[in-house]
Amino acid sequence: MRSVVNKRVLAGVSLSTVAALTLTACGGSKIESTDVAEADGCGTFNIAINPWVGYEANAAVLAHVAETELGCKVVKKDLKEEIAWQGFGTGQVDAIVENWGHDDLKQKYIEDQKTAVSAGSTGVEGIIGWYVPPWMAEEYPDITDWNNLNEYAHLFETTESGGKGQLLDGDPSFVTNDEALVKNLELDYQVVYAGSEPALIQAFRQAEEKKEPVLGYFYDPQWFLSEVELVKVNLPEYQEGCDADPEQVACDYPVYDLDKIVSKSFADANGPAYQLVDNFNWTNADQNLVARYIAQDNMSPEEAAEKWVEANQDKVEAWLPQS
Amino acid sequence: MATTTMTGASTRTTPRRRITKPLAVVGVLALWFVAWTLLRGQDMLELPRATLTELHHWLNDVNDSVGASRNSNPLFLYFFNEIRAVMDALVTFVQGLIAQPAYGRPVPVLGWLGVVALVSYVSWVFANWRVALLAAGGFILFGLQGLWQESMDTLALTLVAVFVSLLFGIPLGILAGVSDRFHRLITPVLDLMQTMPTFVYLAPLTLVFLIGPASATIATLIYAMPPAIRITAHGIRSVPAPPVEATDSFGATRRQRLTKALLPLSKRTIVLGVNQTIMAALAMVTVAALIDAPGLGKTVIKALQTTDVGTAFNAGVAIVVMAIVLDRVTTAASVRAEQGGGEVDPRIRRLLLAGFGLVAAVCSYLSYTYLWASEFPEGGQLGEYLSQGATTVTTWAQHHLADLTSAVKDGVTIALLNPLEALLAESPWWLMGAVIVLLAALVGNLRAAAVAAVCVGLLVGSGLWNASMVTLAMTLVATLLVVTLGVVVGVWMGRSNRADRVIRPVLDAGQTMPAFVYLIPVVALFSVSRFSAIVAGVVYAAPVAIKIVADGVRAIPESTVEAATAAGSNTWQTITKVQLPMARQSLLLATNQGLIYVLSMVVIGGLVGAGALGYEVVAGFSQGQLYGKGLAAGAAIVVLGIMLDRIARAAGQRSDRASTAAQS
Repeated sequence: MRSVVNKRVLAGVSLSTVAALTLTACGGSKIESTDVAEADGCGTFNIAINPWVGYEANAAVLAHVAETELGCKVVKKDLKEEIAWQGFGTGQVDAIVENWGHDDLKQKYIEDQKTAVSAGSTGVEGIIGWYVPPWMAEEYPDITDWNNLNEYAHLFETTESGGKGQLLDGDPSFVTNDEALVKNLELDYQVVYAGSEPALIQAFRQAEEKKEPVLGYFYDPQWFLSEVELVKVNLPEYQEGCDADPEQVACDYPVYDLDKIVSKSFADANGPAYQLVDNFNWTNADQNLVARYIAQDNMSPEEAAEKWVEANQDKVEAWLPQS
Repeated sequence: MATTTMTGASTRTTPRRRITKPLAVVGVLALWFVAWTLLRGQDMLELPRATLTELHHWLNDVNDSVGASRNSNPLFLYFFNEIRAVMDALVTFVQGLIAQPAYGRPVPVLGWLGVVALVSYVSWVFANWRVALLAAGGFILFGLQGLWQESMDTLALTLVAVFVSLLFGIPLGILAGVSDRFHRLITPVLDLMQTMPTFVYLAPLTLVFLIGPASATIATLIYAMPPAIRITAHGIRSVPAPPVEATDSFGATRRQRLTKALLPLSKRTIVLGVNQTIMAALAMVTVAALIDAPGLGKTVIKALQTTDVGTAFNAGVAIVVMAIVLDRVTTAASVRAEQGGGEVDPRIRRLLLAGFGLVAAVCSYLSYTYLWASEFPEGGQLGEYLSQGATTVTTWAQHHLADLTSAVKDGVTIALLNPLEALLAESPWWLMGAVIVLLAALVGNLRAAAVAAVCVGLLVGSGLWNASMVTLAMTLVATLLVVTLGVVVGVWMGRSNRADRVIRPVLDAGQTMPAFVYLIPVVALFSVSRFSAIVAGVVYAAPVAIKIVADGVRAIPESTVEAATAAGSNTWQTITKVQLPMARQSLLLATNQGLIYVLSMVVIGGLVGAGALGYEVVAGFSQGQLYGKGLAAGAAIVVLGIMLDRIARAAGQRSDRASTAAQS
C-alpha cells in the first residue's frame, strides 16, 4: 500500500517539476549562437603570463590594446619563465613581455636554438638588492651601508641562521649571488632560503608591523613596495664585469633593463600584434600604478588595464602600428 | 625469531632474545653519538647552492638535447604528438560540454542547471539519494562562490585524467593482481610515480607534450593512476580462496575465473580504487596550474601573487567541496556495488529511474537553450564572505597568536630539530650511512639493510647527501608529530562517535585543501623556517594517520573493551592496555603512511623556508641551469621515501612475528 502511494507521489512530483521547469523557462532569453568573426590581419596573439604582478600589468595593458585597438584574439597562458621560453620553439608562445636578465635562456633560445628574438626594452628598470623594513632604516640609519652590517648581525639572528645573522633569500626564480656575497664581503650572515615570493613578502610585512628586524633579498618594481616602502642596503657599487665570476662576486647587482622577448616566427611575420609588442614602452611608475590596481585595489587585470589605458591614450597611441 | 615448534625452553629464551635487539640498537646509537662528538663536521658532503656536480650537468644536457630534437625525433612526431592530440581533444571536448564556450555558442553545451541535475541523478542512480542531495548542494555552492566556470574546468580536467587513469590502470591492476612477476615489476614504478615531486617533471612534460591541457592531464594522471593499479591488484589478490577454487573445480578457464569469480568479488575494492584515483587527481589541481591548467588552481596561484589569502581560501574551499562530494558519492557507490540497492521494489525503481531521468533531461535541455539555466546567476556573495572571513581570521591569528606560535616554533626547533639535524647532517657521511644500514638490519632484517645500503649509495651519488640528511631530520620530526596526533585524536575518534562526526570533515579538508592556500598563514604564524615546513607536512599527513588509528580502534570487538571495563580498568588503562596494543597494526600503518605523506610535502616545505631538498626541487623548476640538480633532489626524495618505507615495513613484519610468538 505504502509503496503505491510513494509511487504516485513521486510520479506526481517528477511530472510537476518537469512542467514547472518548462513553464518558467519560457520567460528566459534564449542562447544565440555567436558568429566567429575572424579578425582580419591580427589573428591569435599568444602571450605568456609569468607569475608576478608587475608582469601581469604589462601583459594586461598589451592584451587590452591588442584586443580593442587591433582586434586580435588574445590567449593568455599562465607559465613560469622557463616553460614560457620553451614555448617559443613550438609556436605556443608569441611573446614574453617582462624579462629579468636570464642570460642563460637568451644564450639557449636566441643564440643556439634561434627560436626567440629580443623585442627591445619595456622601459622599466629592475633593481635587485638587499632590503630592510623602513622602521629599521629609521632606527639604525647607518644600516643601509653594507660596511655596518656586521655590527647589526646579532639583531637578525633566528632559529634558522645557526648563530649568525639571517639573510632571507626569496623566490628561486631570481638569480642570486648572495652566498658568494656574504663570503666575499666577510659578512657574519647565513643565507636562509624562503623559497617563494609570498613567504618573503609575508616576512617583510610582519617585520614592519611588529618592528622586528629582517634583512632580505627583494626587487623593484614590485607592488608590495607601495604597501611597505622597503629600504635598500647599499652594497659595493656595481661595475661592469664585477659579477663575471659568480664565485668572486663582491659587488651589488646590476640594474636590469627589463626587456621583451618574442618568438622568431612571430617577429618574422611582423603582424600588428608584433609591432605593438615591439613599440611597447612605459615607465616604472606606469607599471606600479597598474600593479597597484591589481594587487591592492583588487581589480581584475582586465579592469586595471582598461582604467590605465583610458587615462593614458597618448602613450597607447605611440605603440600602435604605423600604417 | 620465534619458530613454529616452540618448546617450553625456547619460550623462556624468547624474552631474553628480544631484549638483546633493543640493547644492540642502543649500543649502535651510543657508538654513533660518541663517534659524532669526535668527528662532527667532517666529510659532510655539503654542496654549495650554485654548485653542480657532473651528474647534474649531465641531466641538464639530456634535458636540452630532448628539447632540441623535438621537431625531428620520430618518437615525438609519431608517438608523443599523437598522444598529445588525443588528450587535448578529450579535454577540450569535456570542457566544451560543461566549462568553456564551444561549438559557436557563447556558453558551454550544458549550463549549471543541467550539470547539477545530471550529477545528482547519476549520484542517486549509482549511490543513494543522500549523497545525491550532497552533490547537488556542493555543485550549487560552486556557483554561489562565484567559481562556477573555474570549478567546471577543474572537473573537466579531473574527469579526463581519471578516465584515462582507469582505462589503463584497471587492466594493469588486474594483471598485477593475477601475475606475481608483473606485480613485483610494477611496484617500484608506482612508488616512483607517487613520490617523485611533480615540480620535477612539469617542465619536461611541457617539452614533450607542449603547453596545454594534454600536459596538465598527463601530469595529473602520473600521480593519479598508481592508486587505481595498486588497489585493483590488492582487490584481486585479497579475494578469498574458496570461491575461486570452487569456480576452478567446475573447470573454468582462466578468463572465466577472472570474469566470474575474481572481478565480481573484488568489485567493491576496485570502486574504492576509483575513489582514491579521483582524490589523487584533485590533489594535483594547483600544481598543474603552474603549466596553464585551467580551473580553480589558477585562482589559487593568482591570489598567492598578491598574498590574497581570502581569495585563495575561497577557491580552496571549492576544491575541498568537490573532493568531498566525489569521495562520498564514490564511497556510497562502492557500498551499493557490494550490498545492492535493496529496499525498493524493482518496478518502482524503474519508474523512478525514468521519472528522475526525465527531470534531468529537461533540466539539461533548459540549460542548453536558455541563458538563465546556463550561466550561474550573479550576485552570489558567498565567495566574498568566505574570503573576507578567511582574511579576518588570518589577520587576527597573526596579531594575537603569533607570539605563542613563534614560542612553539622556537621550542621545537631548539629542543628537537636542531640537535637531530646536527646529529644527522654533521656526522661524516660514511658514519651516518653505516648507522642507517645497521639500524635497518637490527629493527628490520638483512633485506632491509641491503636496500638501505643501496639507498645510502644513491643519496651520496646524487651529490645531495647533506641536503638529504637535513630533509630527513625535518621528516622525522614531522612524522613524530603526525604519529602523536594520530594516536591522541585517533583514539578519541575511535572511542566517540560524536567526536568522529565532528572531526572527520576537518580531516577531509586538511587532506584536500591545497597547501598553496595555507602557505601564507603558516608563514605568518611560524615565520620563514623549517618548522613552517614541518607544520605544512603535519597538516597534510596527520589526517591520514588519525583516520587509520581511529578505524583501528573502532575495529576492536566491543566485547573485548567491555570485558576490560568490567574487569575494573579505568579509561586510561583500557586505552593503553587494550585498545592501543590491539590496534598495533593500525599504528604501524599510520606511521608508515604518515611518513610517506610528510615526504610528499617536502617540496611545499621548500616554499616556506625548509631549504634542503625541497628548495632544490623548486629552484630546479624555476631556473634552467639548476634543472639537473632539481631532478637529482627529486630522486633523493624518492630514495629517502623508499628507504624509510622498506625499513618500517621490515620492522613491522618483525614485530608482528614477535607478537604472534608472544601470544602463542
